[in-house]
Amino acid sequence: MTTRIDTRFAELKKQGRAAFVTYVMAGDPDITTSLEIVKALPKAGAEIIELGIPFTDPMADGPSIQAAGLRALKGGMTLKKTLELVRAFRKDDNATPLVLMGYYNPIYIYGVDKFLADAKSAGVDGLIVVDLPPEEDDELCIPALKAGLNFIRLATPTTDDKRLPAVLTNTSGFVYYVSIAGITGAAAADANVVGEAVARIKRHTGLPICVGFGIRTPEAARAIAEKADGSVVGTALVDALKNSLDAEGRATAKTVNAVAELTAALAQGVKAAKQAAE
Amino acid sequence: MNIAKPNSYRSGPDERGHFGIFGGRFVAETLMPLILDLEKAYTAAKADPAFQAEMNGYLKNYVGRPSPLYFAERLTEHLGGAKIYLKREELNHTGSHKVNNVLGQIMLARRMGKKRIIAETGAGQHGVATATLCARFGLECVVYMGAVDVERQQPNVIRMEMLGATVMPVQSGTRTLKDAMNEALRDWVTNVHNTFYCIGTVAGPHPYPTLVRDFQSIIGNETKAQMQEVEGRLPDSLVACIGGGSNAMGLFHPFLDDPSVEIFGVEAAGHGLTQLHAASIAGGRPGVLHGNRTYLLMDADGQIQDAHSISAGLDYPGIGPEHSWLHEVGRVNYLSATDDEALAAFQLLSKLEGIIPALEPAHAIAKVMELAPKRPKDHLMVVNLSGRGDKDVPQVGDILRGKSK
Repeated sequence: MTTRIDTRFAELKKQGRAAFVTYVMAGDPDITTSLEIVKALPKAGAEIIELGIPFTDPMADGPSIQAAGLRALKGGMTLKKTLELVRAFRKDDNATPLVLMGYYNPIYIYGVDKFLADAKSAGVDGLIVVDLPPEEDDELCIPALKAGLNFIRLATPTTDDKRLPAVLTNTSGFVYYVSIAGITGAAAADANVVGEAVARIKRHTGLPICVGFGIRTPEAARAIAEKADGSVVGTALVDALKNSLDAEGRATAKTVNAVAELTAALAQGVKAAKQAAE
Repeated sequence: MNIAKPNSYRSGPDERGHFGIFGGRFVAETLMPLILDLEKAYTAAKADPAFQAEMNGYLKNYVGRPSPLYFAERLTEHLGGAKIYLKREELNHTGSHKVNNVLGQIMLARRMGKKRIIAETGAGQHGVATATLCARFGLECVVYMGAVDVERQQPNVIRMEMLGATVMPVQSGTRTLKDAMNEALRDWVTNVHNTFYCIGTVAGPHPYPTLVRDFQSIIGNETKAQMQEVEGRLPDSLVACIGGGSNAMGLFHPFLDDPSVEIFGVEAAGHGLTQLHAASIAGGRPGVLHGNRTYLLMDADGQIQDAHSISAGLDYPGIGPEHSWLHEVGRVNYLSATDDEALAAFQLLSKLEGIIPALEPAHAIAKVMELAPKRPKDHLMVVNLSGRGDKDVPQVGDILRGKSK
């Protein structure tokens, strides 16, 4: 089975360049603006979209993404409405891979089988569920693979060679390498250290490896894109969105553009990477 | 044929950390290698007589164990039914049962070569116990505490600081225990290479619910022996309060396979079960949070809801996974007591027995006030007096003065 993610990486490989992966929170700051933002991302150069599922207690995320989730929840976002947002996005875009990223509890409460069926039909391509390690694969990972969705696993600096095979066994689409032991939005990673880690993981898998956590600028995105198959940026985009809000935390005329402009600048950085390498 | 009840209630969890459907290991990948290391270290320590001997030495001479099993004669007379015994965990060094578990975990951390200890705390009793043992063994100590709890539990904040710990007030979310646990997990994800997370209750990812239970089981084991000594038989019932549920699990676990012993866990019903409360079993359903599947307070979308209790130590939207399982298999009866009932029990025990309980076990006493009069006079009831009330004196004083005005 070939998914939109597989197709996208095959295209990028032909062009000899890395993917630019963006993360935004579904429903931040409100459902209508959020859909506009998601629609604007591919036009601004995002090649894969990670869409956060809001959760009250995101234990591996930093303050920016936690605040984004709480804004979205305050604006009435739910998992059901997140899937509706994906469905609305798919009306105009049938090519950009879209990955839902979040925590297990909202999915568990929605019902795993119903969620997988609804996500697939809405046009979701893959899932990243931060608190489901391979030890809990029976919960969602294996049913997701059976339902035709990619299950993208995080590998981290603490995932050693002995553990990597377990992490990679049921992973598909791509591997998300977390560049630092830490939460989202924390200090930047050293591109050379990341390069070594990517080379190490590549000895275990043929899957593309995208790197995230701590990438905020076009320069950093470019440096990572020279070492990996993709650069992931989340917190910087969420911060750009937040800085465009009014005093009451509502969207303004600047909000969609603030995210789109930073996306475009970061995308240029990633595109420059392979040009520099060639 | 399916057997509804297990042969032993004490055999759990399975090798993946599950009690029935509850428990498990729901954490970020960064933490998994450390959790697997911890499990290995704990298995080795359990089998090492030197570890046990060292722990027993500290339990006796530093903690002050065994804690007495005290016959509460005036409370018994007042209620006019069951003979009530108090397991005096409040007499432990640092003033609660928390020290039993912290001692065990700190000794494990030392075996693992960890020099930095982090903890979360609600009422501050777990924080104080952790700060105390870190001082004793010369370890760096950081305690996460919700900003609301920092306000209402000032005496314990001051104690932790005197002991050399850094108290980090948590401003996110509801600014209580749940958020303190999120922040502690974030710290751990960030500093996983040198940091040991000392969890304060029978919750979190496997193996924490098991190892905390094992360290707390000294409460039930002593009770069993002490009751044999004074009454020549097992107690007929056990009562303990439940937030995460470590004092309760410590008392209950050694008795789970004794079918004659009735067991009651008491959750915090706050303003009442139809309003703001912290009774996860009475008012929640199974979900996944903080590394385990268990009963949680949440909305229809799986978002975690705010818990409320007059007691900062019970103010948590979840419960240890083994309790969820014991509830579903029907071995333990889970009840709940409101803020007002706990306050009344707090005053009753203080006046009748000269023992000021913490607000947490006051919830257990509140249910004893209901249960004991309905039992015959030869019924032996043990209540876990899990902590003393010093930390709650300012808060309860304010409430009582406010009411008398």
